[in-house]
Amino acid sequence: MEKLLLLGDEAIAQAAIDAGMSGIYAYPGTPSTEIMEYVQASAEAKNRNIRSIWSANEKTAMETALGMSYAGKRAMVCMKHVGLNVAADAFINAAITGANGGLLVVAADDPSMHSSQNEQDSRFYGKFAMIPVLEPGDQQEAYDMVHYGFQLSEDMQIPVMMRITTRLAHSRTGVARKEQKPQNELRLPSNLRQFILLPSIARKQYRELLTKQERFEAASGNSGFNKLTDHTDKKLGIIACGLAYNYLMENFPDRNVPHPVLKIGQYPVDPALIDSLYTSCDELLILEDGYPILEELIRGMLNNGKRVRGRLDGSLPRDGELNPVIVGAALGLDHARGNDVPALVKNRPPRLCDGCGHNDAFLALNEALLEYGRGRVFSDIGCYTLSALEPLESINSCVDMGASITMAIGAADAGLVPAVAAIGDSTFTHSGITGLLDAINNNAPITVLILDNSTTGMTGGQTSSAFGKVEDICRGLGLSEEHILVIKPLKKHHEENIEIIRKELAYNGVSVIIPRRECIQTLGRKLRQKAKMKELEITQ
Amino acid sequence: MKKDIILAGVGGQGILSIAACIGTAALDEGLYLKQAEVHGMSQRGGAVQSHLRIASTAVASDLIPEGSADLIISVEPMESLRYLPMLSRTGWIITSINPFVNIPDYPDMELILKEIWKQHHYVTLDADAVAKECGSMKAANMVILGAAAPLLGMKPSAIENAVEKIFASKGKDVVELNLKAFHAGRSHTMKQM
Ligand SMILES: Cc1ncc(C[n+]2csc(CCOP(=O)(O)OP(=O)(O)O)c2C)c(N)n1
Ligand code: SF4
Repeated sequence: MEKLLLLGDEAIAQAAIDAGMSGIYAYPGTPSTEIMEYVQASAEAKNRNIRSIWSANEKTAMETALGMSYAGKRAMVCMKHVGLNVAADAFINAAITGANGGLLVVAADDPSMHSSQNEQDSRFYGKFAMIPVLEPGDQQEAYDMVHYGFQLSEDMQIPVMMRITTRLAHSRTGVARKEQKPQNELRLPSNLRQFILLPSIARKQYRELLTKQERFEAASGNSGFNKLTDHTDKKLGIIACGLAYNYLMENFPDRNVPHPVLKIGQYPVDPALIDSLYTSCDELLILEDGYPILEELIRGMLNNGKRVRGRLDGSLPRDGELNPVIVGAALGLDHARGNDVPALVKNRPPRLCDGCGHNDAFLALNEALLEYGRGRVFSDIGCYTLSALEPLESINSCVDMGASITMAIGAADAGLVPAVAAIGDSTFTHSGITGLLDAINNNAPITVLILDNSTTGMTGGQTSSAFGKVEDICRGLGLSEEHILVIKPLKKHHEENIEIIRKELAYNGVSVIIPRRECIQTLGRKLRQKAKMKELEITQ
Repeated sequence: MKKDIILAGVGGQGILSIAACIGTAALDEGLYLKQAEVHGMSQRGGAVQSHLRIASTAVASDLIPEGSADLIISVEPMESLRYLPMLSRTGWIITSINPFVNIPDYPDMELILKEIWKQHHYVTLDADAVAKECGSMKAANMVILGAAAPLLGMKPSAIENAVEKIFASKGKDVVELNLKAFHAGRSHTMKQM
């Protein structure tokens, strides 16, 4: 079959369509977003009636996928690494319930934090949940592993995780497809109590999970994704996980590494495979594009065995993404560097688009807050977080989705009154609603700005679950009408906006101000589409 | 054959359309290819780059090793300098000289050009002006692609076909504009070589 030129994310999406997936659920987050976007744009997916839904957050997405698995069909849930923190309750417990229809959880990590708050390694979650984890080394393997993962999930009756990183997700290459499979029929679990985690049942299910571990290890030994290539120079043995294998190979133009190499693509790893490398080599080098998970396991807390090199002994940097040069240096290989970056080259950080409504909202907020002084604006995650940078420098926190409102409550309780929360519309429905309920129930003296640009801007303009609902949600939570105020963040309304914010800052209770103006980017896209439609009408 | 290319620019300038043309041409020529793109945060007006690797044998790493890029193709002059450590001693810089000024401390243009002209191999051109002459500034990207074309190790016709393919959905006029821009860029470099 002809190869398709696909991003890693797109390869995963195409594979899921081909492997008979019936539904995909996700909340956007770099670098995982393009998986859902590909399915939503796919005519094949539409023809096959595949459900493809942006959920309110990662937890609801995970649970919806689990529900589809309960009903016997194949489901996928996708998120960025920190999304798994949000979905963790459902995720960990899904390992106890087990799966019925194939359930694949895709977690996209971001080593080097290109677009994230941290670089947590989702393989830890996989180990925590004690489920199989797949870590593709390239886009083709990602495609193949989706097919394998769904099958493994059904064979072992367990959710399977696929862990990818930014580089794989956002790199494009030719990918060959497999034959398409039909979707599963609706089929209830053979044991109708499998998903009831009452203690008496959960204990039994958990023991079953424990006994499955050996089968998981055996599976990783048989799948072909963990492969030992022997070689003569046994002074060193190399373990390369996922993408790190490519960085290793890049250092050997003939692809011939003089040492034994164990390529890892599936966990839990069969200990026998590690043992054969460990006993036959003088020392080991462990390459992981993430946390030193295998390295820590093999080296052990006491580190009193053979020398194990990697991120923990300084052979590789402790943090950040790997690359061919870093891996080459760990092998003692030299490389030529180009010229230095000339001193005149200036940083060019990301910034709010020209004409973005967030800019006007924060200009007004900055001015309204002048009389109280700086340091009292708790923000959240989205385009508006860029207001932390010059020239606005409006906000003082960005921690996790939803934390703006709740941190403001805590700070106000400590005496920082008024405290301000700034949260985007999509972040509000992701994790802000419960925090606002806390604030209202406790009559916290906080002013909440729900910056409503009618989209999920930061990740490229996906539909926002909050669309058209923000005021109703606030009312429903019990907020009184006079403290729900919509403003238009435009230069011409600057003075009146300052006045409104000032008045609510002085109010000793919860108020919500909603600066509402559509994102320039999504608006532009819509207008261009409209123009194109018109053109088509004229030419037809 | 191996070409490792850094594409550079500012988020929103559309370096990925250049990448798409080269990538499509490479696939049609039966070459192997990997292209690492930057999505997400930095797309908001920040510095963006893409690693495009083409070879007659399978490509291992998605990232180009430092010091081994054959080409830096940039749609913005200051951005062309940001990736110098990636460039091999024999590598070329192909860049537009049209600054994208969205920071307060953007350096003096003359100093930037001096730095570029200090490098071993470079092609600098006023892509905006050339594109305008061809009919629209929007085609500046294709002028830069054309300027890089003689250094890509592929037949010009392969890249032309790719340009046609990529813009086909936008109509005949757009295809013609972009082809014209491509040729103008290409002859600029041919004259210099
Ligand atoms: C738990 C979690 N999920 C997803 C993300 C990725 N993410 C960061 S910002 C953002 C969009 C926020 O949209 P919105 O709140 O509407 O603000 P906008 O960007 O539109 O201004 C997303 C999805 C994240 N950082 N954390
Ligand atoms: S993408 Fe939209 S919300 Fe984000 S900065 Fe640009 S205009 Fe503002």
